[in-house]
Amino acid sequence: MKQFKYLLSSAIALTALTAAPSASAFCGFYVAKADTELFNQSSKVALVRDGDRTVITMANDYIGDPTEFAMVIPVPTVITKEQVHISDASLLDHLDAYTAPRLVEYFDRNPCERLYMEKQMRTMSADAPSASVEMMEDEAAELGVTIEESFSVGEYDILILSAKESDGLQTWLETNGYKVPAKAKKTLGSYIKQDMKFFVAKVNLEEKAKQGGEMLRPIAVAYESPKFMLPIRLGTVNAQGDQDLFVYTLTKNGKVETTNYRTQKIPSNKELPIFIKDDFGDFYRDMYKTAANREGGHGVFMEYAWDMNWCDPCAADPLSNEQLRELGVFWLDEERPDRPMPMPRRIRPKQMAKNVYVTRLHVRYDAESFPEDLKFKQTGDRQNFQGRYILRHAYDGEMDCPEAEKYKEQVNARKEMEIKTLANLTGWETKYIRTKIKASGKGELFDLDKPKKKVDWWNKIWPGDED
Amino acid sequence: MAGVSQGMQKRGALLRALLADPRHYQIIVLSSLILLGTFHFAFQLPWWHVVACVGSTVGTQAIADKVVGRKFDARSPLISALSLTLLLRTGSVTLSIAAGILAIGSKYVLRWKGKHIFNPANFGLVILSLFFTGAWISPGQWGTAPIFAVFLLGMGGVVTGKAKRWDVSLALLASYAALIFGRALWLGDPLTIPVHQLQSGALLIFAFFMISDPKTTPDARLGRVLYAMMVATLGFTIQFAFYNAAGIILALILTAPIVPFIDRFIPAGRYHWPKFTITPKGVSHETV
Repeated sequence: MKQFKYLLSSAIALTALTAAPSASAFCGFYVAKADTELFNQSSKVALVRDGDRTVITMANDYIGDPTEFAMVIPVPTVITKEQVHISDASLLDHLDAYTAPRLVEYFDRNPCERLYMEKQMRTMSADAPSASVEMMEDEAAELGVTIEESFSVGEYDILILSAKESDGLQTWLETNGYKVPAKAKKTLGSYIKQDMKFFVAKVNLEEKAKQGGEMLRPIAVAYESPKFMLPIRLGTVNAQGDQDLFVYTLTKNGKVETTNYRTQKIPSNKELPIFIKDDFGDFYRDMYKTAANREGGHGVFMEYAWDMNWCDPCAADPLSNEQLRELGVFWLDEERPDRPMPMPRRIRPKQMAKNVYVTRLHVRYDAESFPEDLKFKQTGDRQNFQGRYILRHAYDGEMDCPEAEKYKEQVNARKEMEIKTLANLTGWETKYIRTKIKASGKGELFDLDKPKKKVDWWNKIWPGDED
Repeated sequence: MAGVSQGMQKRGALLRALLADPRHYQIIVLSSLILLGTFHFAFQLPWWHVVACVGSTVGTQAIADKVVGRKFDARSPLISALSLTLLLRTGSVTLSIAAGILAIGSKYVLRWKGKHIFNPANFGLVILSLFFTGAWISPGQWGTAPIFAVFLLGMGGVVTGKAKRWDVSLALLASYAALIFGRALWLGDPLTIPVHQLQSGALLIFAFFMISDPKTTPDARLGRVLYAMMVATLGFTIQFAFYNAAGIILALILTAPIVPFIDRFIPAGRYHWPKFTITPKGVSHETV
């Protein structure tokens, strides 16, 4: 039996890639990122939109027998072969890396060399469909299902269906090897009445064999519709537990937000204990979970919103014009001719080099808390935002001056604060955090010569009472 | 002793008088919502935007009143500014100020038979969000928790009689709910969907604090109920047939020119804000 799948999901173990720190950067040295691989059962979708024109690229992380693969996605219009394109998985991976929440670090200077300035950046600022198409069409017509289009692109055989009623559609899907959960019928019916069509894809085994490789490539679809939305309802019908969805929108004017759910910013610009350097993945996953739990376990979180021309610090280079065009950014050619982009790790904005604004939304949802499909809206907000977490290394060289004591006290106070922040963000116990700090041997408190007790005025009245 | 009790009586009368004007209740509620949004729900709302917007509406009103020779009253423009601040999102102070000037300006320029046509805040909001990419309406900015607060505060106004035009608010919400539930039943959707759609903060703020403006709604109750149904139907159509999430807000500006016709066919007495005079003898209350 084929598996009924909506946007695809995977179960991949956690990794947080580490890259070598580069030269000095305004927003800190880049250390690590928290990419989508941290989250099991996650789907990735890129949405390019301007006016009514939309290009959607859906990552396909299906691993397993290709004969088992099948997907059904409601789409607002009929889609022809020319509107479908097989994309490259590395594009979405790159987009994921570029927009991922990032860990940065700063190093304190020797307090004895010069007065330490507490300055920290806060704002950043095949045209061979299977032989039985005719038979399929007849059978479909009896069920009130119309095969609007039938074509093959790359390793996929694709049908665009429209239907008169959900019973017929469900029967048709089932007889053609799509396992449809019984509860999906109502949802299919709702989409039919809303005049949605159904994009149905299977893997063409011959083409796949020619292609070689394990992975199925992402499918990109271009269409024109006033509906700026992402159908999630079919996916929640049969899902167990929560699902994570990453939506990367590429627009002209500014940030994208959901109109029927509250979009909120992920906590950012927080100073954390040094050991997080090795545990950034764990940290981010637990922090996301804690943030979502404060909203009842689910929500739409903005993890990144930035002008595609630059980044600071960069978790990956901005996408090139070639890559953006492949993702469907159709307005690039309207702009000035492309200039070769230098690719240092940190890139300064170029005036209107390309007019692309990226928003990364991380949605955690289930059927109950997200009954409605996601509806989006482009805003005029171009205020850059990134999920950014900071490590501040204390100076650990020789310090021989009167300021040193004061500096050490400040650092200790700072470290205590970092522990509190971390506990608050992740829900980890402070005891556990202290054990981790000790075990890592990094960022431990300074031993002060004499632990100074704060002397209040009342201590001076009855000095004898102290013991 | 007599002096003390007289003083207390006077203060009690003053308090009652203060609460007798529906605008005061509205100012208190809208300000609380702004504070709630800013501090608890992290709206991107710098304080100087609020100040700039209030300044521009009150300033415009002061100048316009001087020009037309009317007595200046800061309360109405303050309410317009607070509504604009709650519903209009922008990163630019200039646009905040422009919204304020447009809102109040419309009251003096676009008039028919001694009544202004457009709800000032609605006018500023729609013009700005339609013509400037730097300003937009953010219908999803409220979570579900504050929705409850808005509903409670709105209903509080209705129950205590502070909302003088509660009939419009309730007629709007009832007809909009009927349409949304009807749609869900027709589509075969679970009822959690219309319930979720009704929990839109923008919708509730609109219903209780924008459309309920006594100055721009029809004079007669029947006219107001009919008008509210019209706004709900058009708003619903814009949202679900034209896929614009701010449908209801657009519906108000589009239907506003119909109000004079409703007033003509279903006439009734014009609404006036209550007037108070505080004299050494106490507070006198007259409704003009």
